[in-house]
Amino acid sequence: MTTHRELDDMLGKGWRKPPFIRRAWLRYTILIGFAAYLVAAFLTIEVNWARVYEGLERGKQFILAFTSPDFTSRSGDIWDGMVESIIMTVAASVVGIAISIPIALGAARNVAPLPIYLACRSIIAVSRALQEIIVAILLVAIFGFGPLAGFLTLSFATIGFLSKLLAEDIESMDRVQAEAIKASGARWLQWINYGVQPQVMPRLIGLSMYRIDINFRESAILGLVGAGGIGATLNTAFDRYEYDTAAAILLLIIGIVMALEYLSGIIRARVQ
Amino acid sequence: MPVREAEGQKLWQRRTGRESLAHWVMWLTGVAVFAYCWQQISEATTWFFVWDAPRIAGDIWTRATPPKWEYITQLGKPIWDTINIATLGTIIALILAIPVAFLAARNTTPSVLFVRPIALLIIVSTRSINSLIWALLLIAIIGPGVFAGVVAIAIRSIGFCAKLLYEAIEEIDETQVEAITATGASRWQVMAYGIVPQILPAFAGIAVFRWDINIRESTVLGLVGAGGIGLQLSASLNVLAWPQVALILIVILAAVVISEWVSAKVRGAII
Amino acid sequence: MLRLEKLVKTYKTGDQALKAVDLVVPDGQVLALIGPSGAGKSTLIRCINRLVEPTSGKVYLGDTELTGLSSGALRRERRRMGMIFQEYALVERLTVMENVLSGRLGYVGFWRSFLRRYPQADVDEAFRLLDRVGLVHMADKRADELSGGQRQRVGICRALIQNPALLLVDEPTASLDPKTSRQIMRLICELCEERGLAAIINIHDVALAQMFVQRVIGLRFGAVEFDGPPEALTPDVLTTIYGEEDWEATIRKVEDDDSEIEAAE
Repeated sequence: MTTHRELDDMLGKGWRKPPFIRRAWLRYTILIGFAAYLVAAFLTIEVNWARVYEGLERGKQFILAFTSPDFTSRSGDIWDGMVESIIMTVAASVVGIAISIPIALGAARNVAPLPIYLACRSIIAVSRALQEIIVAILLVAIFGFGPLAGFLTLSFATIGFLSKLLAEDIESMDRVQAEAIKASGARWLQWINYGVQPQVMPRLIGLSMYRIDINFRESAILGLVGAGGIGATLNTAFDRYEYDTAAAILLLIIGIVMALEYLSGIIRARVQ
Repeated sequence: MPVREAEGQKLWQRRTGRESLAHWVMWLTGVAVFAYCWQQISEATTWFFVWDAPRIAGDIWTRATPPKWEYITQLGKPIWDTINIATLGTIIALILAIPVAFLAARNTTPSVLFVRPIALLIIVSTRSINSLIWALLLIAIIGPGVFAGVVAIAIRSIGFCAKLLYEAIEEIDETQVEAITATGASRWQVMAYGIVPQILPAFAGIAVFRWDINIRESTVLGLVGAGGIGLQLSASLNVLAWPQVALILIVILAAVVISEWVSAKVRGAII
Repeated sequence: MLRLEKLVKTYKTGDQALKAVDLVVPDGQVLALIGPSGAGKSTLIRCINRLVEPTSGKVYLGDTELTGLSSGALRRERRRMGMIFQEYALVERLTVMENVLSGRLGYVGFWRSFLRRYPQADVDEAFRLLDRVGLVHMADKRADELSGGQRQRVGICRALIQNPALLLVDEPTASLDPKTSRQIMRLICELCEERGLAAIINIHDVALAQMFVQRVIGLRFGAVEFDGPPEALTPDVLTTIYGEEDWEATIRKVEDDDSEIEAAE
């Protein structure tokens, strides 16, 4: 019997797991190439170990600062910065989400005609390719220092993020439901309202909550380039080696992010 | 029942009276909050600059074009550094994220009461703080340079990777784990045979995904002095050398597009 | 061989899955465990190898008391009990061969298993078993490429390579079509006979159980309601186990022809 000959061939021979990449030369090229890259990368990083060793003491101080954060001595600056961050977050999220929705509709191939689709997709691509902080630098150069630049940056970034994910959700929606509404003779806007909106609403709310969370985290760094928010205060605190104030600000950020995540968990659970 | 009697006729309504009231109050508060925020922003803004903005933008544009192409010869090392920051940072983060994820997942944590909250705290705190802030902090501690950038990226990525990974661990098929346990396998063998094969695709996806994000983030770390191409950007901005800025922005854009393409390819190959 | 004494399992929710079950399984006996869903069949099987920790009572495998063993000792005893699962429970992203060899995990050290360097004897035995179930040509396929029946055969190989004295079989046929179900049941019973294994088989399909086993236990609400040979399963007995229903069509004489049952399925 053939199977038994097969068996006899196999008995007594070792067994190896078949490798993930079957072509041996490719496997070894990738492995050796990666190893060579790692070595090269490690060799080109210049680390001043003496400086790092000195830094350990400061690192310890910083960690200790978390046990006694100083909320009071710069409370005015912290308060102003935090309020500005929150204001930027709220305003930018509202505007960003409002603009994202039409763009998302335009960027969904099953809703929009081709020219609009291409236009919206390129807006998304530009917004996603540009780093928030780079956008902020340019906007500060154009509009001057202050929260307006930060607000515009966050709105712009929100559009790229939200439109893309929402458009993907619209593209993967159930066609039958939407067709049923169309079949009833609905206009385009009615069709969107009855056929599309109910299907993507939970996802829209979930994504919006997530984006508010991201916007707040981002607003904390915009201050580094002069675009308003808590970042400026934080930067000053680091420059002056005021670790206890920095720790206080970081704790506040972590606290607000946790609260936002908790809130978005509740809201998402209620929507679904 | 959202049906109201009016003049002897039943009127269907979408919401009951109280519901629609709550709805309106919610919208009203929302609009009021937004109006307040906008007013605050507009108060802090020098509107003269804003009205002047188109002219300034045009001015910057004329100065920035054409980009100073020959400057690219000086960008080789910064680009190399940027890639290293992202790659090494991602690798370190993954190595650290694996134990954190196993400690944070409900089904693998040794103790739900003591160990899990600590792991979750690590995840939340490293995730909430942007890598630029980590870089600021590390520069204050260990001095400026590429090394600070690598560590900053690594710390920021721990929470991100560990969160996605522990969610993947919590979603595994428990019967496969049960079957391996039933053979008399030890704890570590159960991990290697029952759990790891199930989360490997997710792990690879997370690694590539985060590497892509880290390329983006490492391009700007130099702004605070943590090495990479951002250093050149910051230096050029300080002396208002707009043609150089334009070139650097083009290079960054290209890096972002290429890394996104690479990560999409790799993810496609693995999953 | 296997002895259960007053085995009780109460879940945290307060559900009493097993109420003082006493059971003795002699060497080499193949036993079917029947009963309605929620009667505690799965719990009983899992309490034996302590995948589910029993609340009280004792389990003896040979002379060893399993309840109360330390985790290391329990692992050594688990090697003597092969387990076969309803949804096959193969590690889907590993190859067939790795799945079979994972049955030896209790015998090899961590690094050997991690590097897939199993002793030659284990590898040979794995090939022999795969050949016995007709899957030797599939050895390097990934488990999720296999059909249901093929996966269950791999599951059987994994249990047998442990060189067990007892097989714990949890609904082996529930996810399979009628023909494959019978093939799998026949295979399990043949292998038990070849190797002189005792087996406890959880099974929904009463007719299938009657065809292959020597003894049937009926479980209801976590207590043994019936214990006897398959011929003694009368409509009355089934009514006490499952509740009122017309049982005539379910019970088949043992000498029933294969094709007839397949037609009735």
